[in-house]
Amino acid sequence: MSQRALEHRLSEFLVGLIFGLGLILAGMTDPAKVIGFLDLFGQWDPSLAFVMGGAILVGVFSFGFARRRATTFLGGAFHLPTRNDIDRRLVIGSLVFGAGWGLAGFCPGPGLVSMAAGEPKALAFVAAMVAGMLLFELGERRSALPA
Amino acid sequence: MLIDWQNFTPWASLAGGILLGIASSLFVLVNGRILGISGILGGLIRPRPGDSAWRISFLLGMFAAPLLYAALAGPSIARIDATWGMVIAAGLLVGWGTRYGSGCTSGHGVCGLSRMSPRSLVATLAFMGTGFATVYLARHLLG
Repeated sequence: MSQRALEHRLSEFLVGLIFGLGLILAGMTDPAKVIGFLDLFGQWDPSLAFVMGGAILVGVFSFGFARRRATTFLGGAFHLPTRNDIDRRLVIGSLVFGAGWGLAGFCPGPGLVSMAAGEPKALAFVAAMVAGMLLFELGERRSALPA
Repeated sequence: MLIDWQNFTPWASLAGGILLGIASSLFVLVNGRILGISGILGGLIRPRPGDSAWRISFLLGMFAAPLLYAALAGPSIARIDATWGMVIAAGLLVGWGTRYGSGCTSGHGVCGLSRMSPRSLVATLAFMGTGFATVYLARHLLG
């Protein structure tokens, strides 16, 4: 592995580590806490609003700063989404995702971290999530076939 | 509206959120990418040459987090009320939905909103909406 590649791999690992720690500290890896936030009409735990708020507070500055740059700090290219249109897939996919999120209180990141912490139900969640992602890919292949 | 004061953790959640923001900031400024877990993982389902190493490195970092956290602060709590069936159904919905919708809470909710993306605003409102609705259904109508 080249020096540059090693730098990249280490930086990605470090960011993943910080992100994982953030999820745990925030309470995102505790499904009861997530569902407590989603239980708007019951005993409402607003904690997750503080999670999003804290994250976006920092993020707004960084993404604003990034937008004005030509290259990353490592001199590489940006790979950022460019679409601005709102299509059916975005809406339907998000609606479905939210339902899954409310069902078990796990979203992708916390599911993975919880799995890594040794939680058996999180492993089942991740396995099913990967299956769901595979189903998506299969659907894409089908629609890519000539009519 | 009844606030669950007993479980409300404003400072820990804010601190955690700030860490998420820092991670996302580093990821865009150093790696030039959106820190969206469904996208990072999703890209490994049909791996493309030269495109996997960074994803795996990132995920390994995430996997190391609970180990480091446990060493520093003891094991973290995860209270799961969902049954095995619910957890599997949830996984399928989350897996398919995040890919079809091009993102999740990290990609759309944190990065997308930080970038002021209209797509991410719509996505976030949508998944929050069904999130609230699903819990309402499960807890107050069916439960």
